[in-house]
Amino acid sequence: MLERIELHVKRQDSPTSNPYWEEYEIPYQPRQNVISVLMRIEKGPKTRQGKTTSPVVYDRACLEEVCGSCAMRINGVSRMACTALIDSLEQPIKLEPLGKFPVLRDLAVDRQQMFDALKRVKAWVPIDGTYDLGPGPRMPEPEREIAYHFSQCITCGNCLDVCPQVNDRSNFIGAAAIAQARLFNTHPTGATNAAERLEALMADGGLDDCGNAQNCVRACPKSIPLTTAIAEMYRATTLHGLKKLLGT
Amino acid sequence: MAGGRGSLRLVFRFPFSVFRLRVPAVSGERIVIVGGGLAGLMTAIRAAEMGMGVDLFSIVPVKRSHSVCAQGGINGAVNTKGEGDSPDIHFDDTIYGGDFLADQAPVKAMCYAAPGIINLLDRMGVMFNRTPEGLLDFRRFGGTRHHRTAYAGATTGQQLLYALDEQVRRHEVAGLVRKYEYWEFLGLVRDADGNCRGIVGLDWYSMKIEAFPAAAVMLATGGPGIVFGRSTNSVINTGTAASVAYQEGAWYANGEFIQVHPTAIPGSDKLRLMSESARGEGGRMWVPRTQGDKRDPRSIPENERWYFLEEKYPSLGNLVPRDIATREIFQVCLTGYGVDGKRQVYLDLTHIPKKELDVKLGGILEIYEKFVGDDPREVPMKVFPGMHYSMGGLWVDFDRDEKSGMLDETSMRNQATNVPGLYAGGEVDFSIHGANRLGANSLVSCLYGGKIGGPAMVRYTREKAGKLPAADAAFAAAKKRWEDEFRSIAGMSGPENPHILAGEMGDWMTDNVTVVRENSKLAATEEKLQELSGRWNRIGLTDKSAYGNREISFINQLRNMLVIARVMTRGALLREESRGSHYKVRDLSKGVAEDNALPRDDANFLKTTIAEHAPDGPRISYRAVDTSLIKPRPRKY
Repeated sequence: MLERIELHVKRQDSPTSNPYWEEYEIPYQPRQNVISVLMRIEKGPKTRQGKTTSPVVYDRACLEEVCGSCAMRINGVSRMACTALIDSLEQPIKLEPLGKFPVLRDLAVDRQQMFDALKRVKAWVPIDGTYDLGPGPRMPEPEREIAYHFSQCITCGNCLDVCPQVNDRSNFIGAAAIAQARLFNTHPTGATNAAERLEALMADGGLDDCGNAQNCVRACPKSIPLTTAIAEMYRATTLHGLKKLLGT
Repeated sequence: MAGGRGSLRLVFRFPFSVFRLRVPAVSGERIVIVGGGLAGLMTAIRAAEMGMGVDLFSIVPVKRSHSVCAQGGINGAVNTKGEGDSPDIHFDDTIYGGDFLADQAPVKAMCYAAPGIINLLDRMGVMFNRTPEGLLDFRRFGGTRHHRTAYAGATTGQQLLYALDEQVRRHEVAGLVRKYEYWEFLGLVRDADGNCRGIVGLDWYSMKIEAFPAAAVMLATGGPGIVFGRSTNSVINTGTAASVAYQEGAWYANGEFIQVHPTAIPGSDKLRLMSESARGEGGRMWVPRTQGDKRDPRSIPENERWYFLEEKYPSLGNLVPRDIATREIFQVCLTGYGVDGKRQVYLDLTHIPKKELDVKLGGILEIYEKFVGDDPREVPMKVFPGMHYSMGGLWVDFDRDEKSGMLDETSMRNQATNVPGLYAGGEVDFSIHGANRLGANSLVSCLYGGKIGGPAMVRYTREKAGKLPAADAAFAAAKKRWEDEFRSIAGMSGPENPHILAGEMGDWMTDNVTVVRENSKLAATEEKLQELSGRWNRIGLTDKSAYGNREISFINQLRNMLVIARVMTRGALLREESRGSHYKVRDLSKGVAEDNALPRDDANFLKTTIAEHAPDGPRISYRAVDTSLIKPRPRKY
């Protein structure tokens, strides 16, 4: 049985400063996750070498993998820190910020680009207003079950972090937003904006930039069928392009 | 908006003119909403729809707000199951479930609005589960005999939050809503006459403090779970915003009413919720009839299992309201029947077909699997009660429509606190749930608060706020006050650690101000909280950074948590009765046995507790409860 947990954290004081590593050692307890270890460090921040330091800054909120906050690289793997159980991790445990987003401080990164991408694909249903207009459109339950998978995206950024096409030289929109386009294009009312969403995905940084590495679907903590969405959107954009070409 | 922080690699340009929202011209006036959960987002949508500019502040990107954690569903008497359900029955269930402490006019109006709210969410694209005919499906929840709860798997809060987030993003693109994410609310700006004229906020990264003017301000900042250390709440739910508003003059009502959810999974970082929907879909709670029975639960025969809720409450069984289920579990464990002799009982789903479980409860089963390691489709889950929700909160007003007896939805007094221009909605306000909230009523109450709160603020803006004189000095003073405050926190160099103090506060509050309350313990807790407030002054800051310093922010929050903890404790100490979640006993060692508890005392305590801030502690008074529609009767399930 382990007596100590050894943790190495890549830290960075501000967006413009240089990163550095710090090492910590804390007493082992069974059934801990990465978050509870970071919480333990907060109660007396000291490095393994005995130097007094500051608490590690990272995004956190729900701690049950539904808010999407605590994505980071843990032993090199992009994942959520709340579901990263210490007992299943090799030591020393290495924490780094996601690599494809600007670092703000320590493990906290700026994922605004993901929310901006949702604007680009018009990830919403264009309702007329909040006044009472009766029920929404009926939907067969099997179709609803498929759509529900896509509507569980927590905007954590892991799918972008593992994508080779998301890098400094491209502005690929990423799997998360493509899946949202899929979700809203198949909703009876959301389909109103279907053509606009397809146009967005056919523009620069859209579907054409996908390199089919399929890392996204493996990294998704919610098991969303991202590659299926990409394939479906490929088909839809191709059809849309053909129709435009033929002027129909 | 605040999101321009850091360099964004992906810059998209697209014609915004394609978005056509039917909105009248913007008046130039703006309102501020603090909090981007269901209540805040609904307020934003309703106000934006009326042409009002909205500045939306949130400590996290709004899509990560705590509403995302709600699991089981949203109540509304749509009556699609041929059961004869109606808003009136929903109303009665809610009032009775809340032990008659809720003002009745707003509750009735909410229950009548609930089916329309569910329809609206359906139109927004929420992926609610469907019946074979393609209609919305409804399931059972606690405190009622009807299938009244619409649900999207077991992640209903997530699905609702996303639907509203999407609509707000649409208004953001159209230019009406400006988001300030990663901004923390620090305090109010009040003018010389006491009117709320804006807020002071802290940029969580640059640590810059700014004052923002607003014609009206809505606090939709959620509950205070973190006051109890570990709870089912997100770590952002510190109650600090409500506490600041209270310290600046807003009344805090019914603070002693804290809901402890019967079924949570204990963890060292938080208590993870195991939704009531597990029991709504047929889950059964039991313990072995023999104390200390070490057998694998699956090998224990039916007749050697004690289904303690079904046995004691033949009518509602496992679906008794939460305060009751929690006390029963507490007592079962106190008397030595806990599984493995520990504070835990079984929540058993293993008799339900796996496919049905996946479709209806998938989200929560996944949580249990990921954090505990067992498959709840195969093995009964082990659960114990955990702090979950605050019925109490900022006091808010309403106007009555004399014809219907319900709340008048056109009034600018709806959701208004006693501070002119300051509104509150969602869990942070005290209305609707009385002494105990029914499951799946929180989502509808958040949305209803926004539905009526947004228009009330717009009306206040157009009829009152526009006539107020300029208050430039108030903004400068409020900004300076918080800059000084944060400068002094940044200079703290004592021996105490803020997280250790918070842990002590959480342990004391959980031990003494949750399931069972006893006066000597409550008095000792008040003393402890004052001791902790003293030690707060001797905190030493470890993070000296001027960028993204969350320790400074937490130290400020901790001071506010200690203040609101005292309000809860004092309210509990002075309320000499048992009602809903507030269960006061004479002798703590006898647990929750009924003859050990003080009875409900309508003559003296069918009243709303009002706490007003004073330097030496809360001043408690009581206000009459609106019982105009349903006559109070004994609560017996």
